[in-house]
Amino acid sequence: MQKTDVLIVGAGVVGCAIARELSKYQLRVMVVDKNEDVGGDASKSNSAIIHTGYDAAPGTLESQLVVAANPMYDRLTQDLEVPFKRVGAILPAFTQEQFETLFAWKEKAFHNRVYDVEYLTAEELLQMEPNLNPEVRGGLYIPREGIIDPFLLVVALAENAQQNGVDFLLGTKVTGMKVRQERVTRVETTHGEIEAAFVVNAAGLYNDEIAGMVGKADYYVSPRKGQFFVLDRKTACRVNHIVLPIPTKTTKGKLMCPTIHGNMLVGPTAEDLSDKLDKSTDEAGLNSVEADVRAMIPGVRIQDAITQYAGLRPQRNPEGLRVDRYDDVKNFLNLSGVRSTGLTASAALGKYAVQCLQEMGLELKCDPQFDPRRKAIPLLRDMTQEEQDQIMQREPLYRRVICRCEVITEGEIVAAIHRPIPARSMDAVKRRLRVGMGRCQGGFCGPRVIEIMARELGVPAEEIQKNEKGSYMITGRVR
Amino acid sequence: MFHVQCDVAVVGGGPAGLSAAVAAKKQGAQRVCIIERDKSLGGILQQCIHAGFGMTYFRQELTGPEYAARFITLAREQEVSVLTDTMVLRLEEDKRLICASGEHGLTEVCAGSIVLSMGCRERTRGSIRIPGTRPAGIYTAGAAQRLMNCQNKTVGRRVVILGSGDIGMIMARRMTLEGAQVCAVVEIMPYLAGLTRNRVQCLDDFDIPLLLAHTVTKIVGRERVEGVWVQRVDEKRAPVEGTEHFFECDTLLLSVGLIPENELTAAAGIEMAPITNGPVVNQHMQTSNPGVFACGNVLHVNDLVDHVSAESEIAGRAAARYALGTFGKTLREAACEAGKGVRYVCPQRLCIGEDLEETAMLYFRVGAPMGAGEIKVESGGHVVASRRISRANPGEMEKMAVRLGDVAGDTVTVSVEPREEKQ
Amino acid sequence: MMEKIITCTVCPQGCRMTVTGEELHVSGVTGNKCPRGAEYAQSEFVCPVRTATSSVRVEGGVRPLVSVRSSRPIPAARMAELVELLRGIRLEAPVAMHQVVFENLWNSGVGVVTTAEVAKRRSPQTTGC
Repeated sequence: MQKTDVLIVGAGVVGCAIARELSKYQLRVMVVDKNEDVGGDASKSNSAIIHTGYDAAPGTLESQLVVAANPMYDRLTQDLEVPFKRVGAILPAFTQEQFETLFAWKEKAFHNRVYDVEYLTAEELLQMEPNLNPEVRGGLYIPREGIIDPFLLVVALAENAQQNGVDFLLGTKVTGMKVRQERVTRVETTHGEIEAAFVVNAAGLYNDEIAGMVGKADYYVSPRKGQFFVLDRKTACRVNHIVLPIPTKTTKGKLMCPTIHGNMLVGPTAEDLSDKLDKSTDEAGLNSVEADVRAMIPGVRIQDAITQYAGLRPQRNPEGLRVDRYDDVKNFLNLSGVRSTGLTASAALGKYAVQCLQEMGLELKCDPQFDPRRKAIPLLRDMTQEEQDQIMQREPLYRRVICRCEVITEGEIVAAIHRPIPARSMDAVKRRLRVGMGRCQGGFCGPRVIEIMARELGVPAEEIQKNEKGSYMITGRVR
Repeated sequence: MFHVQCDVAVVGGGPAGLSAAVAAKKQGAQRVCIIERDKSLGGILQQCIHAGFGMTYFRQELTGPEYAARFITLAREQEVSVLTDTMVLRLEEDKRLICASGEHGLTEVCAGSIVLSMGCRERTRGSIRIPGTRPAGIYTAGAAQRLMNCQNKTVGRRVVILGSGDIGMIMARRMTLEGAQVCAVVEIMPYLAGLTRNRVQCLDDFDIPLLLAHTVTKIVGRERVEGVWVQRVDEKRAPVEGTEHFFECDTLLLSVGLIPENELTAAAGIEMAPITNGPVVNQHMQTSNPGVFACGNVLHVNDLVDHVSAESEIAGRAAARYALGTFGKTLREAACEAGKGVRYVCPQRLCIGEDLEETAMLYFRVGAPMGAGEIKVESGGHVVASRRISRANPGEMEKMAVRLGDVAGDTVTVSVEPREEKQ
Repeated sequence: MMEKIITCTVCPQGCRMTVTGEELHVSGVTGNKCPRGAEYAQSEFVCPVRTATSSVRVEGGVRPLVSVRSSRPIPAARMAELVELLRGIRLEAPVAMHQVVFENLWNSGVGVVTTAEVAKRRSPQTTGC
């Protein structure tokens, strides 16, 4: 049986942030996830925004965490070599009714201690965003809102944690927990039992099922689906900022923003579902995204979409981000209700959770070996000509461009397959390098990537999966 | 960095590049160099192992690899030099190409002129917006073709094909012969996208149903495709309620159109044409950057490789003349416009010099299928060329020759109008 | 008497022709716009033939397969049979263009030849075509 000081259930952004935070101390830390790759569910498909928390409900834990986390991202993304940019957000008002709410939004920002929100006139807004609906009457500017690659953040946190000694057990599902004398003594998984001094539940969408295993069933988590379009980098109608609609009582609404890789992101819907596996898009949802965003950006070219996707936010019922400790399960820390702001909140939540664990009795001794820096895979497309020349001399695999849309070489793909947190599926490679994420969507490079993966992993092509088990690409041989 | 100096650099060693390179050499360019990203020449023809190529150009039915081999032999005879396993990363302003070469590493090719012949890519699921899940088992027809014909891999057992493009129909036959079951070929338009011959030989021969005016409205399956919903569409291509039909399958192939591959062209700031998605060219296939020429599917998607070969010779010859400094002067220009019934005209410009007897070939496509009609080329209020046709199809390219001396105004308009057919 | 609708593939016009006849005898063709159409219709009615194309396995080559074709059109009905025959074939690299795979298929005088070259593999690493 495996033993660990802390077992974290869930390798999404929150689980990985906690793992990295714990790796600063002399501890044995283990992360389990049912998926074959880190990134969880919600952490990898969302609107990829680092929020300021200006619009959170003041005084809540969610507001506290998001507001505290936002400034951490400059340093964190630098240490972890994750692309991040503070492009700023604008909140335009198109009707008199909307215009009149701006004051209240600025006031709310103030109560959340987001003091740098400014009013903008229609002229200023149109200057900043020439593609904005010219009927705009005015709006707010939230300068510190930023964009990030959410998956790269998770993988970077995980890799840094791994380098500092954390073990990742992927493709491992927690099936049960034994509680004795007010403590979790055994965690049962599909790959054997684990004995953990402390257990952290960061299972996102499945958080209620894990909590249920220790008898905490006073809430449930339902998926709230968000459907998005990703537009081609070359789309003619672009925005420079995160363009947010004024939220209504029921929804935060659909936005348009640049992605950190230069595409345009349009969405999401907010649909409450019951099936936690339903990540399908549908015509009605996609049409509503198009219609709503068109009201703000009339010229948006949805025909330039290169892909559509849906993500599931874990919606807690009853609502609210909570970090719970229990008198009757003393070594179990439960994080629930981490929803769309969770990506931002994770940086603070990691620290918050560690503080809780310490208060619960976890002994923290600083690890002098801890290295906060993680090196990203060197990307040919980001290099100067001299650097390109050098790396091609040094590593011949960097001479072979496999994905021509995103200019990714065999060298980068092979590197991703052999990283500390290895890419073991087509989508895992894609999420790390954007292979096949360009406008050909893998039509050209897909067959080549299958071959490289089979060779590097030493398995027949039939065993290469697109994503999770059962998502096979190849059915056999022709001859 | 490795350096190569040449008169004409050709980007892409598929049918367009091969033909352009051979023509440039024949025109007198001393050093002609093809830059090809694959390990061998021939481009997409290498995976098109079926017959049906060369009927116009060679007057003989060849398979794709055979067609390519003829040009590869010509290129060898003409001593065209070749950099294979080499991908062009950037096209710099002064006709320099920065490439990643498998053999030499970062490589700079300096040329007197450049021919762009990168071909095209397939449209994907994302660009046609099919709702549903995102499982494994969705391939573009060309990707599946490469896996089967080059990499010896089969991609599925029960297949639905969306789009009646030629590659889709060819793959329907190929997969059937290799033991897969092709449930249906589904086409959103009320007419076939590809050639009739392929419908007969690839679908009818194997009793594969062709569903015209139908489309895939939803993809089902969590990890691997488990099936697709197909619906009939109305005149506005909107799905008709009550016509839903579920096909159980593990694979969906997409054959929904081709898009010229112009990353390099656009990044170099060359003017692009909106309908063809290729660069704007004149009758010499010269782009807005005077030393850069374009031909083949990078310019506009062709129906037959034979047309690509012929058109690329024009580009190759002009590129050679440019590099040699014998490119003619332009005295005036005229814009080529698509008139009634015509979707686009390529080239988009005519450059008229001293030689008024010079003829320019105008390539174009009609907007919708039609019966008997007449093609008219008008300029300055006069019909300068016309031809009667018995039928026209958007899937097939049409062409008309124009004598430059006849071009009177600033524009040349090509139109196709129906005519009463005499019994 | 039997009636069969045949779409002509001789030229892109794609005439829809109606052929009447019995087994090997054609008594009439209508719907064709040219004599080549009638000829095609007759042959399609009696015994449709197609150029067969497929691939065979190559051992020790830079590619795992080489494409092949029938030297002349073969009866469409026997296409699947030919593919089954090809499944058992192994060629040793190097493979030359138009190398003979079958000299005389089914004693019909039709051969099967390769339609590409495959060089011998030097290093163990290969990537498709």
